[in-house]
Amino acid sequence: MSNTLRSYLSFFRLRFQSGLQYRAAAAAGVSTQFAWGFMEIMLYTAFHRGAAGQFPMELQALCSYIWLRQAFLTCFSIWMVEGDLFDLISSGNVAYELCRPMDLYGMWFTKAAAGRLSRAALRSLPILAVAFLLPKPYGLSLPAGPAAFLLFLLTMAMAFLLVVAASMIMYIACFYTISSLGVRIIANAVVEFLSGAWIPLPFLPDGFRQAAELLPFSLMLSLPLRVYGGDIPPAEAAWGLLLQVVWLAAFLLLGKWMMSRALRRVVVQGG
Amino acid sequence: MKLYLHYLSLHMKTIMQYKGSFWMTSFGQLLNALSALAVVWILMGRFGQVEGYSAGEVFLCFGTVNMAFALAELFFRGFDAFAGTVRTGEFDRILVRPRNEIFQVLVSKLELTRWVRILEGAVVLLVGIGICGIRWSGVRVLGLVFLLLGGTAYFAGLFLIYAAFCFFTLEGLEFMNILTEGGKEFGAYPLAIYGKGMLAAFTFVLPMACFQYYPFLYLTGRSADPWLLLTPACCFLFLLPCYVFWRFGVRRYKSSGS
Repeated sequence: MSNTLRSYLSFFRLRFQSGLQYRAAAAAGVSTQFAWGFMEIMLYTAFHRGAAGQFPMELQALCSYIWLRQAFLTCFSIWMVEGDLFDLISSGNVAYELCRPMDLYGMWFTKAAAGRLSRAALRSLPILAVAFLLPKPYGLSLPAGPAAFLLFLLTMAMAFLLVVAASMIMYIACFYTISSLGVRIIANAVVEFLSGAWIPLPFLPDGFRQAAELLPFSLMLSLPLRVYGGDIPPAEAAWGLLLQVVWLAAFLLLGKWMMSRALRRVVVQGG
Repeated sequence: MKLYLHYLSLHMKTIMQYKGSFWMTSFGQLLNALSALAVVWILMGRFGQVEGYSAGEVFLCFGTVNMAFALAELFFRGFDAFAGTVRTGEFDRILVRPRNEIFQVLVSKLELTRWVRILEGAVVLLVGIGICGIRWSGVRVLGLVFLLLGGTAYFAGLFLIYAAFCFFTLEGLEFMNILTEGGKEFGAYPLAIYGKGMLAAFTFVLPMACFQYYPFLYLTGRSADPWLLLTPACCFLFLLPCYVFWRFGVRRYKSSGS
């Protein structure tokens, strides 16, 4: 057991370190994400100026939400994929992967998680630092309280695992479709919208909003970001944490089941 | 032109070999386009107006920008994928052929699945026109066509700059995304809502407001000055520096050697 764990860890380290090499890409990413967050905040403040009373969130909580999302974009965006995993499947090189004495699901999960984390490691700190320094309602505030902060960290870690588990389902779906593009585009639209990446979920009209909050996607981004600014009180956040555990188990089981089914009938194309 | 049509039919034939993939990608495009629209719809539904601009006026912007962007992507996608062309050395092959290199990059890729987004843009634009109750005349119809062409030219110019950067970096510049994807996202609203400074930047530095803001001032009756319909001409002028930059890149081009 400890042996397996060690091999996963070294695999993770390898992947993480190779991700750290792309510093120029990270610098470009930081400036893009910063500009994006800036424009988004300008857009929402334009709405806020006209109708502050109809705003479903505090402006400060919304700005924190936007900056946190930009800072950890690479962790939580379903479209931030490891391209080579798709290539392995469509080129047939997955055959080599199958020869390795490790569980394929665990190996890929580690790979996907490390890739996301290494990108976020380079990008998040500069964005967070600058966002902290911005003037009051437009920047990143301090967390709503110590309990909120603790729950933010916990729900954030779980949300990250959920996103990786969901992206695994997406990778594995490509065993069935060969071409990854369609799967990716569809997953992108559904997950990004329902997780509150394109518009924070409190803005959705009633009925629609409750429905979106019942789905697991809201646990993948919306929950931790709203807990941070105090938009979701700690008691409710603890309940959300429990739901995250349940959904993570479901995603893992589904992914593993899909993979074992796909591998039983895998056809490697060409040589 | 004949050659272009020939390439077009070749691309059609290739795609129709993978019908399932084509429809799945189109469906995905549709989902993405609809959720982008849903965001605007939800915000306008909740607030009714933004800085004095009505939902109808926002739909005009959204429809125009999305349609122009999709048109540009459909025809100029080759520049978007240009990083790969440079890296693999494919561009060497293009340079030795006796045809204009821009033409060849253009025909190397046509993204036909974008028809969904063009359709969506057109529908939203028509809805916006309906809500705003624009009184039509021959000049106004021409103005609308002109601003759509101007918008396509604007995004094509951005793709050209993006591609020209690849000569120097060998890699696509992520920062251009804020101008292309971001332009689509934030240009869905009249650019004036971001304040005077932003509007000036998007007029004099990047002429985006020239096709999605000024002409509509006249079309919706906010301004009585018909000359505003000519502002999209700036988008065509914008192509000039883009082209110069591209030429500069081509002259400096050194093969990646692979």
